[in-house]
Amino acid sequence: MIHALTFYLFAVIAVVSGLLVVTSRNPVHSVLWLILAFFNGAGLFVLMGAEFVAMLVVVVYVGAVAVLFLFVVMMLDINLLGLREGMQRYLPVGAALAVVLVIEMGVLFANWSFAGEAMTLRAAPTPDVAEVSNTEALGNLLYTQYVYLFQVSGLILFVAMIGAIVLTLRVNPNVRRQSIGRQVHRPKDEVLAVRQVRNRGGI
Amino acid sequence: MAEFWSGTLWPLIIIIAQIVAIVLPLLLAVAYLTYAERKVIGAIQLRKGPNVVGPFGLLQPIADGAKLFLKETVIPTGADRAVFVLAPMLTFILALIGWAVIPFDDGWVLSDINVGVLYLLAISGLGVYGIIMAGWASNSRYALLGGLRSAAQMVSYEISMGLIIISVLLSAGSLNLSEIVHAQGEGMWYVIPHLPMFVIFVVSILAETNRAPFDLPEAEAELVSGYNVEYSAMTFALFFLGEYANMILMSAIAVVLFLGGWLPPVDAAPFTWIPGIIWFALKVCAVLFVFLWARATFPRYRYDQLMRLGWKVFLPLSLAWVVLTAGVMVTFDLMPA
Repeated sequence: MIHALTFYLFAVIAVVSGLLVVTSRNPVHSVLWLILAFFNGAGLFVLMGAEFVAMLVVVVYVGAVAVLFLFVVMMLDINLLGLREGMQRYLPVGAALAVVLVIEMGVLFANWSFAGEAMTLRAAPTPDVAEVSNTEALGNLLYTQYVYLFQVSGLILFVAMIGAIVLTLRVNPNVRRQSIGRQVHRPKDEVLAVRQVRNRGGI
Repeated sequence: MAEFWSGTLWPLIIIIAQIVAIVLPLLLAVAYLTYAERKVIGAIQLRKGPNVVGPFGLLQPIADGAKLFLKETVIPTGADRAVFVLAPMLTFILALIGWAVIPFDDGWVLSDINVGVLYLLAISGLGVYGIIMAGWASNSRYALLGGLRSAAQMVSYEISMGLIIISVLLSAGSLNLSEIVHAQGEGMWYVIPHLPMFVIFVVSILAETNRAPFDLPEAEAELVSGYNVEYSAMTFALFFLGEYANMILMSAIAVVLFLGGWLPPVDAAPFTWIPGIIWFALKVCAVLFVFLWARATFPRYRYDQLMRLGWKVFLPLSLAWVVLTAGVMVTFDLMPA
């Protein structure tokens, strides 16, 4: 019973905060509600026994991605009233799209069927959750069975990162940068001179 | 009904009692950490430190607490009230819930979860929200700048912390904090093989808790006092308590990962008579002393130097160390089963 109660607690809060992400007037509040939604998603993962994934959701989504969201949204100068304009005009279109999507997904899931081999193929490398811990099971799968897929996804992320850097990097020759290596490696006689200063003489 | 009592209610009562047993000493430790900080810095600067309230000034933290409690909580006119009040509470709560997985002694842990290390990483990553929310909700330029600085700083140093933790995990072969300590009991404290990483870890936790010399978010010379300028009375006190509780938590993490947790330094007669929790507390105090020592010794970093240290020095070093650790362990067949 406790299990069911906690499930509904997490689920209801996740859905409600998801709704509030869309409806709240202030974009910063939206991001904060989004964080709450992520958090409750992590709670649901814990209830399913997927503790490792739950922690990853908190570390990656809440701890890093959402911080950057918040960072950007706080820096934007948003006209709060302007955002609400046109809500009534676009609402019917958006609602119609949502209804169509829901119906399509319903049709899809109603007719969903697996090829007989697909399930056994998928189950074969999956270790028994009761025997090994979550982390071990995932590690064994990722680094043996799916190692190429794993590496490729890493490469894709790497390319995306390089792309972002290439797109935004501007080398401005007028910016004076500190090069700590050069500072440290300057010889003493280049920067330091000891002079005997005569009284009232100056250098 | 009887089943409800024995299956649900009674464990709940026990857990609440355990939580109280952790939180009360922790709050006392936080109070006396502020006292210790003032005494240590006083001694380093050849002053006496607090010595008026009570014998040796021992009641000073109580007096400070009472003062903050009795003052008026001011909420600025332009502030976002809900977020403004939520931020200090969040900071304080996050500093407390990390303690759920810290093993104080063999088996003395509130929740012995398998992913304890990741849990701690997640909690310390969330700590940034309290500060950034405070900075934004205050509706003040100084506070916002402090909050943004802090967000960038904490995200940067978390990465090197995560990589350092990975090399420890490789050596221990587990994400469970108790098992990491046990693995150190069988081999040696990880401070010996991972000494460079221990140094980097201590520097990183200084940055992660926004302590001097990395206290850029509250650099009083440039930002008045950073993200908490607009806070007063209890809301300020919660930030203060949260910061110090976080310091103790981070020191405890360093002790568990590198200094053998509750284990005595030598597994022989006079050392094993002392209970494990005393060893644990002593080691935490030693790391905390480094925090205070650093604050009294070093000048504040410049912001670009701070970022450079995190991204260009610590990140490559710790990444290289992960590869080195893994390579050594595979080559010499040291991998834990």
